Amino acid sequence: MKKDLVIIGGGPAGMSAAIAAYEAGVRDMLILERDGALGGILQQCIHNGFGLHKFGEELTGPEYAWRYEKQVKELGIPYKLCTMVLSVSEDKVITATNPQDGVFEIEAKAIILAMGCRERPKGALNIAGERPAGIYSAGMAQKLVNMMGYMPGKDVVILGSGDIGLIMARRMTLEGAKVHAVCELMPYSGGLARNIEQCLNDFGIPLKLSHTVVKIHGKERLSGVTIAKVDERRRPIEGTEEYIPCDTLLLSVGLIPENELSKTAGVSLDRMTNGAVVDQDRETEIPGIFSCGNVLHVHDLVDYVSEEAEIAGLGAAAYIAGEEKKEISVFLRTDGKIRYTVPQRITAEKDVRVYFRVADVYRDVTVKVSCDGGTVLSKKKQKLAPGEMECVTVPASALEDGRELYFEVEGA
Amino acid sequence: MERELTCIICPRGCRMKVALEGKEVVSVEGNACPRGKTYAVTECTNPHRTVTSTVRCEDGSVLPVKTETTIAKADMEKCMREINAAVAKLPVSIGDVILSDVCGTRVIATANKNA
Ligand code: SF4
Repeated sequence: MKKDLVIIGGGPAGMSAAIAAYEAGVRDMLILERDGALGGILQQCIHNGFGLHKFGEELTGPEYAWRYEKQVKELGIPYKLCTMVLSVSEDKVITATNPQDGVFEIEAKAIILAMGCRERPKGALNIAGERPAGIYSAGMAQKLVNMMGYMPGKDVVILGSGDIGLIMARRMTLEGAKVHAVCELMPYSGGLARNIEQCLNDFGIPLKLSHTVVKIHGKERLSGVTIAKVDERRRPIEGTEEYIPCDTLLLSVGLIPENELSKTAGVSLDRMTNGAVVDQDRETEIPGIFSCGNVLHVHDLVDYVSEEAEIAGLGAAAYIAGEEKKEISVFLRTDGKIRYTVPQRITAEKDVRVYFRVADVYRDVTVKVSCDGGTVLSKKKQKLAPGEMECVTVPASALEDGRELYFEVEGA
Repeated sequence: MERELTCIICPRGCRMKVALEGKEVVSVEGNACPRGKTYAVTECTNPHRTVTSTVRCEDGSVLPVKTETTIAKADMEKCMREINAAVAKLPVSIGDVILSDVCGTRVIATANKNA
């Protein structure tokens, strides 16, 4: 099979990218989705708060996904469900499999990678004790409760205060469980302020900052956890241990982009984002392969995923149409306080919105972008936090072939 | 009296300082937009929330739902009890009314589901 454009992943990123590419004139295209339905992770995110930025109203996850799914269907954009992509080669041959077609290959002119991300597993956690039943990732628990209608337990402790953990604290409470505590290793939460307010404070659930789980109790089924306070170097402080009886431990300890396929294609990855290195069109270093959404870098708002995916869709459409980019090469560097930028490089002379994330909480600081010592722009910020993505627009006039743009936080 | 609040209306999560005289709100500071002030006033006088949950369907599967408008925070438990007692008939389309009178609002489906 031959296709102009293949989109891997039918979640919010894949669908937005497909619609944008369609609107830019691409017709010979196909979305490949592993699950039995379009919508990706949004299907299980039944809480509201999606779409304020994009649609000016507050939607639940399934409602947000439906807006895109409906468009995909109305435009007649073809998609295959229950289809697992096995590999992507550097010359853009996709090998995939599903129950109807068996194993098949597609030669694509352009590919958009939109596989999303997955949760960091507990194996990476290193907690002492047995491995009894009752320990779930927060996202797994969310799937059990919201999609399958099962409650994983009654007495819950949550490790990690990422948004999914906070959302699940409220969800389990509403369904009648007692959430005893949310422990966060860092001295600040990685979740949105509004989620701390409406998911924890509303229900009097304590958020224990600088705390971690040091021991898991129970043989067959979890019977409790020991938590402890940690010092500045995140080591447990002796004497601060506290035993909490519980039958369920949820882990919300971060997300990692799912880049196995990007690797088979030989796409180079950024160590900080764990996603591809891309230019302003979200094109990877392999011409014609694009990447967007949570597989590129983990977003906190789906609205930004859609925005980014539209950029990738337009980029792919331009590539298929054979449009030449005015080739320049500007690399974006950061000072470490800014952990990363997306894109990491700019290859065309136009205004570019650059998204970035910081490493720590900074108050009353200035974000400065400079080139060869000259300030390109600076923006005052009351507060920057690792949980919240920021962005600035770099003007075309600041872009000159061979130069580097340096992103830093001043006054921290 | 002064109260510190985090606005939950949008993901920006503005920290606000609310000055109160008794139950009356006299001033709000820190909100980046007018919606923050409205939220602060309701939050201090009669807090409201949207409830999202799932309803059992007749075939045993679950369907995501939400309250069409916000309800009084104090009514959340009651609302959950009614949602948990309901059974949805299939098929359901997004926006269909599942419960027509719960705590002064309606509970509607937020996804499509085939029989
Ligand atoms: S005050 Fe306005 S900008 Fe700030 S969180 Fe509330 S709605 Fe958002």
